[in-house]
Amino acid sequence: MKTILYIIQKEFLQIFRDRMMLPIIFVIPIFQLLILAHAATFEIKYVDLGIIDLDQSLASRALVRKFEASPFFRVKARSFSLDKLSEEMQNSRVEQILYIPANFNNELENKHPVKIQLITDAVDGAAAGIMNTYALSIVKDFNRNLLIQSKTLPLNIKSIETRTSYWYNPDLDYKTFMIPGILVLLVSIIGLFLSGLNIVKEKEIGTIEQLNVTPIKKHHFIIGKLTPFWFIAMFDLFFGLVLAKFVFHIPIVGSIGLIIFVASIYLVLVLGIGLFISTLADTQQQAMFIAWFFVVIFILLSGLFMPVENMPDWAQVINIINPIAYFIDFMRMVMLKGARFADVSYHIISITIYAILSISLATWRYKKVV
Amino acid sequence: MKNFIIKEFLQIFRDKRSLIILFGIPIIQVLLFGFALKNEIRDVPIAILDNSKDLYSQQLITKILSSEYFILEENVQSEKAIENAFRKGKIKQLIVIENNFTENLERENRAKIQLILDASDPNTAGMINSYTSAIISNFEREINPSFAGVPMIIPETQMRYNPKLDSVFMFVPGVITIVLMLVSAMMTSISIAREKELGTMEVLLVSPIKPIQIILGKVFPYVILSFISALIILGLAFTVFEMPIVGNIPLLLAESLLFIIMALSLGIFISTAANSQQVAMLLSMFALLLPSILLSGFIFPLKNMPDIIQYIGYAMPPKWFVIIIKNIMIKGNGIGSVWKETLIILGFTVFFIGLSIKKFKIRLE
Amino acid sequence: MAENKSNSKAVIVKDLVKKFGSFVANDHLNFEVDKGEIFGFLGANGAGKTTAIKILCGLSHPTSGEVNVAGYDIYKQRDLIKKNIGYMSQKFSLYDDLSIAENIRFYGGIYGLSRKKIKEKTAEYIEKLGLQAYTKSMVKELPLGFKQKLAFSVAIVHDPPIVFLDEPTGGVDPITRRQFWELIYKEAAKGKTIFVTTHYMDEAEYCDRVSIMVDGRIEALDKPAILKETYNAESMEEVFIQLARG
Repeated sequence: MKTILYIIQKEFLQIFRDRMMLPIIFVIPIFQLLILAHAATFEIKYVDLGIIDLDQSLASRALVRKFEASPFFRVKARSFSLDKLSEEMQNSRVEQILYIPANFNNELENKHPVKIQLITDAVDGAAAGIMNTYALSIVKDFNRNLLIQSKTLPLNIKSIETRTSYWYNPDLDYKTFMIPGILVLLVSIIGLFLSGLNIVKEKEIGTIEQLNVTPIKKHHFIIGKLTPFWFIAMFDLFFGLVLAKFVFHIPIVGSIGLIIFVASIYLVLVLGIGLFISTLADTQQQAMFIAWFFVVIFILLSGLFMPVENMPDWAQVINIINPIAYFIDFMRMVMLKGARFADVSYHIISITIYAILSISLATWRYKKVV
Repeated sequence: MKNFIIKEFLQIFRDKRSLIILFGIPIIQVLLFGFALKNEIRDVPIAILDNSKDLYSQQLITKILSSEYFILEENVQSEKAIENAFRKGKIKQLIVIENNFTENLERENRAKIQLILDASDPNTAGMINSYTSAIISNFEREINPSFAGVPMIIPETQMRYNPKLDSVFMFVPGVITIVLMLVSAMMTSISIAREKELGTMEVLLVSPIKPIQIILGKVFPYVILSFISALIILGLAFTVFEMPIVGNIPLLLAESLLFIIMALSLGIFISTAANSQQVAMLLSMFALLLPSILLSGFIFPLKNMPDIIQYIGYAMPPKWFVIIIKNIMIKGNGIGSVWKETLIILGFTVFFIGLSIKKFKIRLE
Repeated sequence: MAENKSNSKAVIVKDLVKKFGSFVANDHLNFEVDKGEIFGFLGANGAGKTTAIKILCGLSHPTSGEVNVAGYDIYKQRDLIKKNIGYMSQKFSLYDDLSIAENIRFYGGIYGLSRKKIKEKTAEYIEKLGLQAYTKSMVKELPLGFKQKLAFSVAIVHDPPIVFLDEPTGGVDPITRRQFWELIYKEAAKGKTIFVTTHYMDEAEYCDRVSIMVDGRIEALDKPAILKETYNAESMEEVFIQLARG
């Protein structure tokens, strides 16, 4: 048992001695969390709008005013030529064009429906969808007013009043959603890469042979290697939670104890995979590529950015072996919704089994004798 | 010099595992984004609390569930059970229909529905809300006599450059940027750091080859590899996902080459700063990859990030390159509209090369 | 339950074969090493020395044959063997980014030495190797000769009865090589068995007995003096060249 302590001591010494490793392990992830949390958002602050009002009537101006009054729209250009504004869009100076035809007022006066055009620069599809929704909601509002003003509303119209309440995140704050996930992402990357490079580094510099002639037990070796990284990743996670709570004011509804407990198992899982990769590779470069390959796939499929439910079935099947998916879902459920042990027991069991599996694989693949 | 380049090529190609991953990453990323990651909802699990269980409420529920967007996970029986249903984590929306729904509609022309959404993912919640509202409005129209003779604006929307809001348009520029960053900057920085770590760099330095030749020799194979990767991605986008490439292809390739050279000089700079592979790797990883994922705008819209992030973005070469690609590839613009961005990338290249040379000289003295 | 008959032998090798695919690296090796002996294991580069030494140390599986080290069987008692041997590889095996004391503490700890013992060893090595000036520095700052001597000392930090040295003096200047051999003699005098590979033929003269390997086979094995007589040679170098030419 004492040998484990010596390995741990040695690993810590080596990590803390490297002047560049410390900031990488401790400062950069925190920095990343701060930046990522702010950057990862679907919210739109404003849309650069171009307006073509061929009607110039009371009604058309009223519609234009509605757009001007909205904090989302900044009128960048006005013109009577669609070609001119199209060119502006081609050069990215306007993002959306509102086109009001000349017969606008007439048609409305005659109680006819009238068409207007909303042209959106959809190069950035995600943003385009949101801009379109904003614009449509303004038009919808305008329509409602029209109905009320025109007093033509048939009295026997049945209307369903829909009220929406947003639970767990009433302000629809995207940070609340992203931070638990980003936290998982950062801790996983740190853990995976530190452990993934570790054994292979000893292979590269040749010290692994010196260790292999010692009577050290395989599992002692693995435990000794794993522990320092476990503490580092745990520290990162804990610090991240503190930031989430006090800087980003994310409500942590569930039990912190439960989070720490499952995180500690999850990290064993991640580090196990890292050490396993390390035993497979011959060079650090290789180890890194293997790790990077899986990390990319796992992150993209994990539901960090896009909900898992929207993915095709085969992608959801891959997620059965995706540790990041389990833990992100777990973190969001516990942190935001206050899920209790029983609610997340499936996640916990999966993570635990996976952790045992990955550690066993790493121990089995680490061969003292070639 | 020639022999040296050949040695570099041999070393790269002999490492089959890295090579597979090198070309596998872009292919898998493109396929994943193309097929798996859709920013639209499908089969969202919902729960329903129907307090009326009458004609209209049943009709409405059938209408909601027969859309492809929602599947019924649970029929909740009482208000008390709502919270529990959410905490289990599966359902994203709970629809509450008030008592006497049909009667209220028939007699008073008004009835209420409450939509409770799991907004922990605000984006999805917003989408679910608008899809559901749309279905309810449709239903409203069905149970009413016609709206004819009502003045109203019908907005026609047109999505220019990307009519179907195809996500390929967003992720292809993003993936190209990421892969070029990964292959160029990361691979070179690690490969140079490796020679330093193993001590072979010193052997090279005492040889009659000039330092600049060493660097060029190291970098050249990666230029080729990166370029092939970029071609693979463009090819996939074009063939598998039928994404049109509107602009001038030689210009696009020339800009890619410029970006590759920029990334390589950044890689060289990182390797002169880092003293071990591990450091080089983690630096490239954190300093390059996450920003290029985020600021390439293929997941989150680039515009409208907070000012501070935008300022940080200015210092990130990927941002400029994404603008260039989108302009050329999707909008079909010429060099006239991207000359500023091109100059900026050129500036980055000169800056990184200058810094590396300075560092390199100090080390030799 | 070590076998009694091997009590006087440190290493017994019978019909050892190691193949890598169709390539035979060790072709039916047979030899014994007495306790307390300095045994030179000579051969040209690629003759199969390192392969054999790795098998003896338990780093590599033999294809066939019997191997007994320190009275223990290589197939069944690998862990017991590891407690009783020290090994210094061709590749430098200390951690560059740790200090002298930290390296000694780490390896000592792995072998289960007590804290007190580790302290004693550290003081002893610094004194014996004249490293006083380097106690604060990292190992990478040591001159190569010091590194090599330190690596040897660390390899025997747990006082093993048998020490395997794989080309310990590669790339070292003649004076340091001499000092290094003095260290080896000192340890041998304490009763340790030394098993050393080298291709410096002058070093072969220092050994009690030497074996000469050519293309995976042992071509000669005896005391240096007898070998010189048999092959009618002035030096071990001549013996070696005669054998290596076949």
